[in-house]
Amino acid sequence: MRKLSIAALVALCLALVMTPAGAKEWTKVRIGVEGAYPPFSFKNPDGSLGGFDVDIAIALCEAMEVECELVEQDWDGIIPALQAKKYDAIIASMSITPERMKVVDFTNKYYHTPAKFVVKEGVAVEETNEGMKDLVVGVQRGTTHEDYMNKKFPDVELKLYGTQDEVYLDMGSGRIDAIMADSVAMDDGFIKTDQGAGFVFLPGNHNDPAIYGEGAGIAVRKSDGDLKEKFNMAIDKIRADGTYQDIAAKYFDFDVYGD
Amino acid sequence: MHWDVVLDNWQLLLQGLWTTILYVSASLALGLILAIPLSILRSSSNRFLSWPVWAFTYFFRGTPLLVQIYLIYYGLGQFESVRESFLWPVLREASWCALIGFTLNTGAYVTEILRGAIQATPYGEIEAATACGMSRAQTYHRIIMPGAFRRALPAYGNEVIFMLHGSVVAGVITILDIYGAAKKINALTYTYFESMLAAAVLYMLIVYLITRVFKRAESRWHAHLRPRTE
Repeated sequence: MRKLSIAALVALCLALVMTPAGAKEWTKVRIGVEGAYPPFSFKNPDGSLGGFDVDIAIALCEAMEVECELVEQDWDGIIPALQAKKYDAIIASMSITPERMKVVDFTNKYYHTPAKFVVKEGVAVEETNEGMKDLVVGVQRGTTHEDYMNKKFPDVELKLYGTQDEVYLDMGSGRIDAIMADSVAMDDGFIKTDQGAGFVFLPGNHNDPAIYGEGAGIAVRKSDGDLKEKFNMAIDKIRADGTYQDIAAKYFDFDVYGD
Repeated sequence: MHWDVVLDNWQLLLQGLWTTILYVSASLALGLILAIPLSILRSSSNRFLSWPVWAFTYFFRGTPLLVQIYLIYYGLGQFESVRESFLWPVLREASWCALIGFTLNTGAYVTEILRGAIQATPYGEIEAATACGMSRAQTYHRIIMPGAFRRALPAYGNEVIFMLHGSVVAGVITILDIYGAAKKINALTYTYFESMLAAAVLYMLIVYLITRVFKRAESRWHAHLRPRTE
């Protein structure tokens, strides 16, 4: 009897060891979102999370037929927390860039919009390093916009903020002269709000692919290639069955996917 | 591990180190100047003198520094009346907001440290001073305050270290202190561990210097408390 149970135990151990590690079934996916980047992600008055990124995340989970858990995380720590396995994917309007590709893997893009400057109404400046060198520009720290300003506008004074909301606050109170950020995020998050009254976009579209990449993608750990593929298939699925377009129509009156 | 990112960005960290030292030392100096008269008022038996100071220290010791800085920096900037007032040229600058916030915060703590030290003055010393014919002002100047400073020294050493650690708050209102520099390096390279550890080492370095200074100060001014060596 005793021998039999030992044999059973050994067999059980072997079975456990020999189960291929790569075949992890994704039944539950935890997704990191930011919650401070309207209209892509924000807090509803009742404290729940909402926005384009959040709706897309939920739709993708349904398309993948997995259980979804949204985890809120500040932008500054959003990649480290992915690597620390606090969640399995980031859906937070993160641009696909070569710098980030060194540390995480990206799915195909799920949207692509240009970046723009916002200034006070009546301010006319040339959108060049020379033309803007007397202005103070606010950007969110660690974004492609910071990178873009450093490379293309090296003589412009930059102020770095932890969240986009704080950039808007300081623009509203006049501590900075301009904001460089995503056009859509600023349109809904600032220009169309009471806080943004009296502020306008400068005409130029900034979308240098060398810095801004090909759009916003979903970041996953480099070891989770299977999850990346699942997300890619899910993006194609919600694009094909109209779910994507329904969600996009809730927030935007133009094609946010880009070309 | 990517220690090269720390080496590549040493100028940023050095700039942050300098900024931290500047803000902390300036606010400690101003806070001490503020705390000396306030602690005398606070230890007064006249309620109209001591109560307002109590309210001030209670607010600044009763709330986190981060909340105070947010109130000053984002909170006040919300009001149009503040933005149009003569105060705005000062409050619009993150550097002034940090300096004001830090000074009031450390001022409140030092006020209470000194208040305790003043109240711990032995009655005999004051009676002796009165018997010698010293006026109240002379008693404060010659007897009470020197003794209070001496008694407050160990607690004040702790306050200096707390202030240094509290100064990371500057990093959240766009100032590039040690913590701000580490955050920036992390944002550029996504190496949280390396950049924060570099910041930690710099803070430890400053704390080491602070403890050395206070050790020397204590051995000088607490010489009468040392066991006799014959």
